[in-house]
Amino acid sequence: MHNKTLAELADGLKKKAYSSQELTEHFLARIRTHDGALNSFITVTEELALEQARAADARLTKGAGGPLTGIPLAQKDIFCTKGVKTTCGSKMLDNFIAPYDATVIEKCHAAGAVMLGKTNMDEFAMGSSNETSYFGPVKNPWDTATVPGGSSGGSAAAVAARLAPAATGTDTGGSIRQPAALCNLTGLKPTYGLVSRYGMIAFASSLDQAGPMTRSAEDAAIMLNVMAGFDPRDSTSLERAVPDYTADLNQPLAGLRIGLPKEFFGAGLNAGMASVVEAAIKEYEKLGATVREVSLPNSRLSVAAYYVIAPAECSSNLSRFDGVRFGYRCTNPQNLEDLYKRSRGEGFGAEVKRRIMIGTYALSAGFYDAYYRKAQQVRQLISEDFKQAFREVDVIMGPTSPEVAFRFGEKSQDPVSMYLSDIYTIAVNLAGLPGMSVPCGFVNGLPAGLQIIGDYFSEARLLNVAHKYQQVTDWHKRAPEGY
Amino acid sequence: MSLDKTDVEKIAHLARLAIDEGDVARYAQNLSSILALVEQMSAIDTTGIEPMAHPLDVAQRLRADEVTETDQREQFQRIAPLVEDGLYLVPKVIE
Repeated sequence: MHNKTLAELADGLKKKAYSSQELTEHFLARIRTHDGALNSFITVTEELALEQARAADARLTKGAGGPLTGIPLAQKDIFCTKGVKTTCGSKMLDNFIAPYDATVIEKCHAAGAVMLGKTNMDEFAMGSSNETSYFGPVKNPWDTATVPGGSSGGSAAAVAARLAPAATGTDTGGSIRQPAALCNLTGLKPTYGLVSRYGMIAFASSLDQAGPMTRSAEDAAIMLNVMAGFDPRDSTSLERAVPDYTADLNQPLAGLRIGLPKEFFGAGLNAGMASVVEAAIKEYEKLGATVREVSLPNSRLSVAAYYVIAPAECSSNLSRFDGVRFGYRCTNPQNLEDLYKRSRGEGFGAEVKRRIMIGTYALSAGFYDAYYRKAQQVRQLISEDFKQAFREVDVIMGPTSPEVAFRFGEKSQDPVSMYLSDIYTIAVNLAGLPGMSVPCGFVNGLPAGLQIIGDYFSEARLLNVAHKYQQVTDWHKRAPEGY
Repeated sequence: MSLDKTDVEKIAHLARLAIDEGDVARYAQNLSSILALVEQMSAIDTTGIEPMAHPLDVAQRLRADEVTETDQREQFQRIAPLVEDGLYLVPKVIE
């Protein structure tokens, strides 16, 4: 049951092969068996899940409901859930019970999906390995000595280990695509503004975007159909009609123009990774695509620009955590300043504090032009590189991550080496473009991801490009041993 | 740009973050290495380039000036660390 796709599960529910309650119990049992070792969930919402499953069964009995009705999902613990603890992976929010649901959660609930629980993540989504979570690191089910990636590492590990059929993630610099790559999943970061950020705890507001983490492109399309759409409660939500993302999955790829940025295949890319990505591109040529080299000359500066913009925005966003209105408060504050400083100093972990300080510094008097303004100018150049490339090609392909899953502790002592894990994904966030990661093989027994980047609002095309590849390959169907 | 311990203490104060004395040197080293990474941007000339605030050319959406939110003070204060008579309590500010 746990190896089925979302479409297969929906079909089984419709045909009464099993009820949503049985399906939910099955996944809850798997979480009980396996999650002690993986640590992919912060909160398991067993009671709520069973209640939602029974409601879904009632709906299905009446012949009502849609493709996600009765399907269990895991939700990243960055989305506010009414009445259920929402921690964002931080001690700061260890006691936080959100007074409302995020739009993404509300939409999943309205679709009749069942929430199994809230998944572990890097603290405030700041990290690429899940090692910064206050609730302990998540293990990669492919090799528990390695990281699952981050920040959506709990969602990735849960879906990879078949503890949930699909999950939500968020991606500010690669946080959906990189863990998807490291755990052999299909992950999609949509165009900036496509999925509502209402109730999604803010990290870097000009970059943050939510998306699905699934075991196939078709599943991602089914999830995106529910997640996407205009929301007046998010000022950056785009007022645009959303298509049916499953409609064009089977369009032939003959004539598809693929661009390979020469900057993505240079020094720094692991040789094994390069060869599996090149093999994937050969498959696309067999499917009728043409391949040409493109150049994104300014993408080499994307990590530098990101580590000004994201910290600057985070230092502003995280100023709301002051020990007064909600969240952690220090004991015995001596005065108001002491209350702020110790609540924040004790409530935030080291990586969050580093980023707040970098952002505070970059925005401080006298430095704004040299850092923030400069980074926003570089961002413009990076975005223009993509615009230029998309005049010649339909999609851009390359590796998602420079290497496969790394070992715990390998990069956590050196923030800069950790930041370089996202060297191929960050430019996409800076430009606000949609990007996917699709399983494309293994290097030393660990999964590798192919990144597919499209022009604005090309999600349907990206899903089609990924789906056709998944019809002729079976990398995405491989499961880690023991699950 | 390299930061020393005094810089870190100043930034931590601006950000209202209490940092353990013993951690200041490590933060100074970490933050300096991040700033060294950021320095790569100085390699290119950005004179005349318009800073990019939003990936798509959209204007801020405005809504009608109408009341849309109801009073939820009680619900919001239920999750506050310390409240009294509908007020958030903080240490004494005015003598």
